[in-house]
Amino acid sequence: MIEVEHLNVHFGSNHVVRDVSFRVAAGETFGLVGESGSGKSTVLRTIAGLNAGWDGRMAVAGQALGPRRDRAFFQRVQMVFQDPYGSLHPRQTVDRILAEPLEVHGIPDAESRITRALEEVALPRTARFRYPHQLSGGQRQRVAIARALIADPSVLLLDEPTSALDVSVQAEVLNLLSDLREARQLTCILVSHNLAVVAHLCERLAVMQGGRIVEILSEAELRAGQARHSHTQDLIALSHELEG
Amino acid sequence: MSGMNNGKLVEIRDLRVDFPNPSGFTQAVRGISFSLGREKLGIVGESGSGKSVTGRALMRLLPQAARVRAEALRFDGVDVLAASEQQMRSLRGGRIGLIMQDPKYSLNPVMSVGRQIAEAWLAHNKGGRREARDAALSLLEQVKIRDPRRVLDSYPHEVSGGMGQRIMIAMMLAPNPDLLIADEPTSALDASVQAEILKLIEDLVSERGMGLMLISHDLPLVARFCDRVVVMYAGQVMEELPARDLHRASHAYTRGLLDCMPSLSRKRARLPTLNRDAAWLEPHA
Repeated sequence: MIEVEHLNVHFGSNHVVRDVSFRVAAGETFGLVGESGSGKSTVLRTIAGLNAGWDGRMAVAGQALGPRRDRAFFQRVQMVFQDPYGSLHPRQTVDRILAEPLEVHGIPDAESRITRALEEVALPRTARFRYPHQLSGGQRQRVAIARALIADPSVLLLDEPTSALDVSVQAEVLNLLSDLREARQLTCILVSHNLAVVAHLCERLAVMQGGRIVEILSEAELRAGQARHSHTQDLIALSHELEG
Repeated sequence: MSGMNNGKLVEIRDLRVDFPNPSGFTQAVRGISFSLGREKLGIVGESGSGKSVTGRALMRLLPQAARVRAEALRFDGVDVLAASEQQMRSLRGGRIGLIMQDPKYSLNPVMSVGRQIAEAWLAHNKGGRREARDAALSLLEQVKIRDPRRVLDSYPHEVSGGMGQRIMIAMMLAPNPDLLIADEPTSALDASVQAEILKLIEDLVSERGMGLMLISHDLPLVARFCDRVVVMYAGQVMEELPARDLHRASHAYTRGLLDCMPSLSRKRARLPTLNRDAAWLEPHA
């Protein structure tokens, strides 16, 4: 579903993503982990078309990506960001936020779709005419997920979707994401620094360091501690230590 | 240090904090009590549980509109509710240091690191600018910054998040505080940097014999790092226990929080979610 081959990204003279290649099968959830500055979010944002200055080859659903993304791309691929407060328009109601992608893509039947989207992410009906600041952090992230899903994408790019949330709310959002993925057969890429979160959602993952992928392993290998690269081993050890 | 009260640095009894809202008051803290000596106390809970408000109330840093009441709210014998503004100024940043979550926002972006630390030092020590600069350099060394001379002349945007937090800590140490309040000091940092910063705080606290109030939403982190843990929910203390016993916590809220975290060692198809029980909020007998 998603192919990335020899991707390089430069920010000015900084070479931040170096020769990154991976493939994600349809219906699979693929994790990108690493410390800040490892380039994991940059890879995701480059796929989404948020970074210029890349070379290499990227394709989604068999279609090669050029320098610009067209409307069809955004109907197929949607993104959820870390901080829902920063990614929702502060002066738009939830209703308006959810209606916009429908207008952009010329999708009819806004009324029933918005109602259904709110139900799907388990938001109360009353949330529809609220502003983002009137919702809790978990509710805001649900709105961001509802917005991403309302135009029926097949690919979801998730950039640290639960890092800004309490663990209790994180559990709810992670459960919601697994349910939606199941129900809609979504292909996902999840960027996170939290190995436990990645292991929970992903079948395979790539570990990044200094802009490179140092190793790709399966969830089972990750849980069993069967990592070949020393950086992965360090991350696993640290994660176990934090779990206590 | 002066005026020790049977080893208690902080004494909080029945603290209540209310914030006005259009239809009355929102109770952010509802009658909590605990005390703190020269030890590492963790305060954990979700957002909105009142943990930060508690730390701020002790420093009298809440907005004027907030209504703060307590049977006792004392720092080393000083009644924080009755203290004069001048007394409070010597406590805040003097005897009590506050480390906040994100150094990006708590450092002054247009002042060099050296000048900021020197300013903090000058505010609570007597001496000239030369001495202040020397003190700043020595503080940067104490927080284990490599190449402190270069960092002294750099600006906050030129340093990494972890280094920014070290600088914040250096600044807070300048006046030789008795108590450090660390409010989510590592939440904005990477796991590896997080471990380093906590180790640094731990070393400094034990070297200097300070008290530490570590406010965090991260239970496992607090359990590893503190001596004692106070678990807060909706403005109340649910339970207080030795940190090493946290995994044996008895309260349903604490158990629920521990249980809903995904784990690397244990695979589960679904994560249990927290069932909030209204009975938790009934006033304790």
